[in-house]
Amino acid sequence: MTLEDAVKETKAYYCLECGKCSGLCPVSRYNPAYSPRVMVEDALLGLEDDLVHNRQLFSCLTCYACSPKCPADVDYPLFMQKSRALAAKDGQQGDCAHSGVLQSLMRLMASPNLKQKRLEWLSNGHRTSDQSNVLYFVGCAPYFDPIFEDTGVKSLDVARDSLKILNSLGIAPKVLPNERCCGHDLLWTGDTENFRRLAELNAAAIKEAGVKKIIFSCAECYRTFKKDYPNYVKIDCELQHISEFLSEKIEKGELSFKEIKKKLTYHDPCRLGRHLGIYEPPRRVIESIPGIELVEMKDNRAESLCCGTSAFTNCDSCSKQIRVERLLQAKATGAESIITCCPKCQIHFRCAMVNKGEVKGPDVEIEVVDLVSLVAQALGGKSSE
Amino acid sequence: MAEAEFEPQIVAFTCNWCSYAAADLAGTSRVSYPPNVRLIRVMCSGMVDPIFVLKSFEKGFDGVLIAGCHIGDCHYISGNIKAEERIGKLKSLIHTLGLGDERLRLEWISTAEGGKFAETIKELVGQLKQLGPSPLRKEVRA
Ligand code: SF4
Ligand code: SF4
Ligand code: SF4
Ligand code: FES
Repeated sequence: MTLEDAVKETKAYYCLECGKCSGLCPVSRYNPAYSPRVMVEDALLGLEDDLVHNRQLFSCLTCYACSPKCPADVDYPLFMQKSRALAAKDGQQGDCAHSGVLQSLMRLMASPNLKQKRLEWLSNGHRTSDQSNVLYFVGCAPYFDPIFEDTGVKSLDVARDSLKILNSLGIAPKVLPNERCCGHDLLWTGDTENFRRLAELNAAAIKEAGVKKIIFSCAECYRTFKKDYPNYVKIDCELQHISEFLSEKIEKGELSFKEIKKKLTYHDPCRLGRHLGIYEPPRRVIESIPGIELVEMKDNRAESLCCGTSAFTNCDSCSKQIRVERLLQAKATGAESIITCCPKCQIHFRCAMVNKGEVKGPDVEIEVVDLVSLVAQALGGKSSE
Repeated sequence: MAEAEFEPQIVAFTCNWCSYAAADLAGTSRVSYPPNVRLIRVMCSGMVDPIFVLKSFEKGFDGVLIAGCHIGDCHYISGNIKAEERIGKLKSLIHTLGLGDERLRLEWISTAEGGKFAETIKELVGQLKQLGPSPLRKEVRA
């Protein structure tokens, strides 16, 4: 791929230099050095060197707040994805948060000979089956929990609660003992080579599993399988996010909930919302629980504000400011908790509450709960939380 | 394929103030130990970022040793305590990856313990020989 291909594929050559993108970008709001318009201009002027060496290249959250508003219909996040692949070939990379530990784990998972022990969180209470034609894709939760222990996040509870819900619907799904990271973060930081390996390994394992349907609880895995995998591998299965799956079950009357008296707000993860257009299923699920009052933040659905960091790269003070802005929006609703369905949004939000920095900022303390855990709690019994 | 032919490659991050000096002492006292280890001198075990360890495995090393001053003796007061905490988390990641957490080892070795340094390397080499080569040998390139 060349810069010219990237420009063509993302329709960047249509750019009118209107600056709308820079005007509404949350990153530009806090970091004036970052201008999506300028980056498109550099590409159009053929200044590849300037583009790939721009320190801001990895600052874009690829949140898709800009593109839908672009009068020329430029796919800016995709343009970033492609430009970063060019930059990576040139040896450039973003300032990876956590010194790149997450990306390293992902690259390690791209090794075909690896035999992971990633299912040790399963307990006797969980029913899985090798015969099932439904697969539950766990994602990287087994790796997140030790890394982000300090934030109190328990990503594996999302996996446990997902199984609990599926089991209560009479489904004992398959889970892959050697599932790999979907590769989302590598793709969005330009490492297409290792992304391809991960996609191929997952595709092969899924083919061998012979399943008809895959259910995801992570918004990023879902986006990656739906939109990116088709460019690399063939997956012959129905793909569904658990919020869509649950919303269907609720409509058919197959799920009933006990009352939870709570005021909640819902944070649309960029990947589920603007990337895939899924806004209503999670809201329908939340609202079907008796006793719950769902209130909206100032920016919601297509206008939702990103959690401030994506692909674990370039997490800086600007990311933190975006995050704080979002948390303050949540607090302003008077809700007791934020519901989300992306483990990474949860990690970043919790991190902002723990790592307050030197200056005591505004009070952003609010409970963050995954949709799946809320549903598991409403099913009665003990949620893993 | 004779198992004995496999020579594990180890990278050791050794603290300047103790373990590195211990390796020196082993040398000057002519205590021999297997040549399977590459030493990297660091100022304190507490500065060994988790990425150093993961990168070593990415590069295909079979084992990683981190050696620092005994608890209480760290020249930066609590670097080794931080190292211990970090290595604990790393071990759990290495375990989940299926590499076998024996591949990662933390040891406290003082300046005076040249013998202990040599013993540690010997032991680790033996353990890694039993464990076999890392599944990541020469496969993953960063
Ligand atoms: S909004 Fe679209 S047309 Fe306007 S500057 Fe940005 S990319 Fe160009
Ligand atoms: S995708 Fe989001 S972060 Fe990137 S330029 Fe557009 S609005 Fe800004
Ligand atoms: S918000 Fe926290 S957890 Fe998220 S990337 Fe930044 S430092 Fe890491
Ligand atoms: S100075 Fe040796 S471990 Fe800190």
